[in-house]
Amino acid sequence: MAMARAALRQQKMDTTEARLSTLSLPAATGWAEAARNEALARVQEMGLPHRRDEYWRFADPSSLTVAEPPRAALFDTGEAPIFSDIDRLRIVFVDGVFDPEASDDLALEGIEIERLTDALGKDIHWVRDVYGVLEARSHEKVHRPLAAFNTAFATDGVVIRVTGKPSKPVSLVYLHQSETSDAILHHCVRVEEGAELTLLENGPAAARFSKGLEVDIADTGAFHLIRSQGRDHERRAATGIFARLGRESVFKAFTLTVNGVLTRNECVIELTGDDATAHVAGACLGDGKDFVHDDTVFVTHDAQRCESRQVFKKVLRNGATGIFQGKILVKSGAQKTDGYQISQSLLLDEDAQFLAKPELEIYADDVACSHGSTSGAIDAEAMFYLQSRGVPAAEAANLLTLAFVAEALEEIENETYAEALRARLASWLERRGH
Amino acid sequence: MLDIKGLHVKLEEEDKQILKGVDLKVEAGSVHAIMGPNGSGKSTMSYVLSGRDGYEVTGGSATLLGEDILGMDPEERAAAGLFLAFQYPVEIPGVGNMTFLRTAVNAQRKARGDEEMSSTDFLKLIRAKAKDLQIDPDMLKRSVNVGFSGGEKKRNEILQMAMLEPKMCILDETDSGLDVDAMKLVSDGVNALRSPDRAFLVITHYQRLLDHIRPDVVHIMSDGRIVKSGGPELALEVEKNGYADILSEVA
Repeated sequence: MAMARAALRQQKMDTTEARLSTLSLPAATGWAEAARNEALARVQEMGLPHRRDEYWRFADPSSLTVAEPPRAALFDTGEAPIFSDIDRLRIVFVDGVFDPEASDDLALEGIEIERLTDALGKDIHWVRDVYGVLEARSHEKVHRPLAAFNTAFATDGVVIRVTGKPSKPVSLVYLHQSETSDAILHHCVRVEEGAELTLLENGPAAARFSKGLEVDIADTGAFHLIRSQGRDHERRAATGIFARLGRESVFKAFTLTVNGVLTRNECVIELTGDDATAHVAGACLGDGKDFVHDDTVFVTHDAQRCESRQVFKKVLRNGATGIFQGKILVKSGAQKTDGYQISQSLLLDEDAQFLAKPELEIYADDVACSHGSTSGAIDAEAMFYLQSRGVPAAEAANLLTLAFVAEALEEIENETYAEALRARLASWLERRGH
Repeated sequence: MLDIKGLHVKLEEEDKQILKGVDLKVEAGSVHAIMGPNGSGKSTMSYVLSGRDGYEVTGGSATLLGEDILGMDPEERAAAGLFLAFQYPVEIPGVGNMTFLRTAVNAQRKARGDEEMSSTDFLKLIRAKAKDLQIDPDMLKRSVNVGFSGGEKKRNEILQMAMLEPKMCILDETDSGLDVDAMKLVSDGVNALRSPDRAFLVITHYQRLLDHIRPDVVHIMSDGRIVKSGGPELALEVEKNGYADILSEVA
């Protein structure tokens, strides 16, 4: 065993070394250089993930850690990108590079937006307290080397300080135009007291995409994230959200994923102020044996009377794999915690599989925590009922699939965004047939 | 309208014969009632006619307006004009009642080569029909049958029937779980749909329902066959004496 562990460690270090040798840390000075160096040290200490790591047993990370990204064909969706008809401040990245021409002016009342590289070049900046800081905190219980890797090597991104209630959402648009792009983006958001921001994200971003998003929410602040990860079939993505919530603050995130070869979405939330609320939800549609979609969520309750919800729905067929690893950690003293977690899969045939690993770890004695996980096929009774009213089988199956996903979409507070996603889902389902 | 000849049906999964030669002819414009003790095959017949999985037809035929329906998918039977009001309407969380009905109406129109109904026309129509059945507009917005009371579910079945305007309506124990007022409401809904080119097959245990929906012919079903047919008086006889007398008489 000792030998096997040593060999595994060596293998991890070799992979890590091979990956790191192709890269150099982006230029930075002062505190930013230190932040990048510390992140690099974390990667070297932990080693990049391996299939044998506890939280990578279900999804093979090798295509995320190899030096050269696997090629990903471009995909023309033939439709206007989602959120197109929503008034928003657009910030466009093409294969991981900010495109000022395609973007709106980075100016909006109630927020300050800067390009990450500009912010990291300044001697004094608020982002110093966020960049790599929340990511570093996320390793306390579980190592997340890809997140540290992202902090060390991110080449672009934005930092957003929210001081008021901007009149429209900020929209990050990720275009994928090169079959071999390997994008590393990192964004930081600081929501000040009583301020509110809605962040929209859409698009596949790159052939291989690494993204970190750190969100620091002060007391009574609110942050909403709605993202759609594009429809490219061959892209790969490893994303991480690291949020810290102050008193009476709100964090709500919803992610829709369709297609893609490998998607690993991690979300690590720390409730540090009393009476805060954190909801994380997501839905994915996966088709084909190459499809692997992994939601890994870790919510830490470290304050009283906080509420957290995790709601994930996966529709899988033709050998697609869905993964959910969700944890609620309630620290001692986090009394009156209300923690909820549900993960469900709709398996459209017998080849699809859903792997769930729900975890609760509770050190306080006055809490209400529940979790559940289910896998099921389309309800035959409901199918017959719909068909007996004249609805053709394929259409009936689509209606029931949408109904399954609807419960996750209901987690989105703003009906406009929920409807935008619902409409897209309906048209995608209709197009692909059954 | 509906012509069933020597229909034999067994369960797909086990070697159990349920229908053992049903002969039944329902003419356009008429109302037929089927009564019979539990386990006689009444509900099975309604399921087999509407195309539910789990049954195997081992003999006989069933035609609707001259077309063989037994080889059709359930949705094709519906488009051909068949409608089954379920004994236990299915709850479908996440599918709005209105969306469901609009999808169904338009799917049937499409199957028949007709143009789809515009959303304005559809809304107008469904509001009017819902009002007739005293269906709260709120029920239209909710998920199909979810949280509906027994009476609301049955009224929702009749609403669907009114919207889809089928030719042949089969009502499977529509009276079960209804109080007197609800039964009256449902019956009025059914009676409003009676017309010379539409027929009804009403499956029931009780004569009560037949006071409201007056049948032209009453059949008694037992052990997978129709054992006796007659006028409305046959239902009264069942109500008074039970099935025992009739069954011993035909045995």
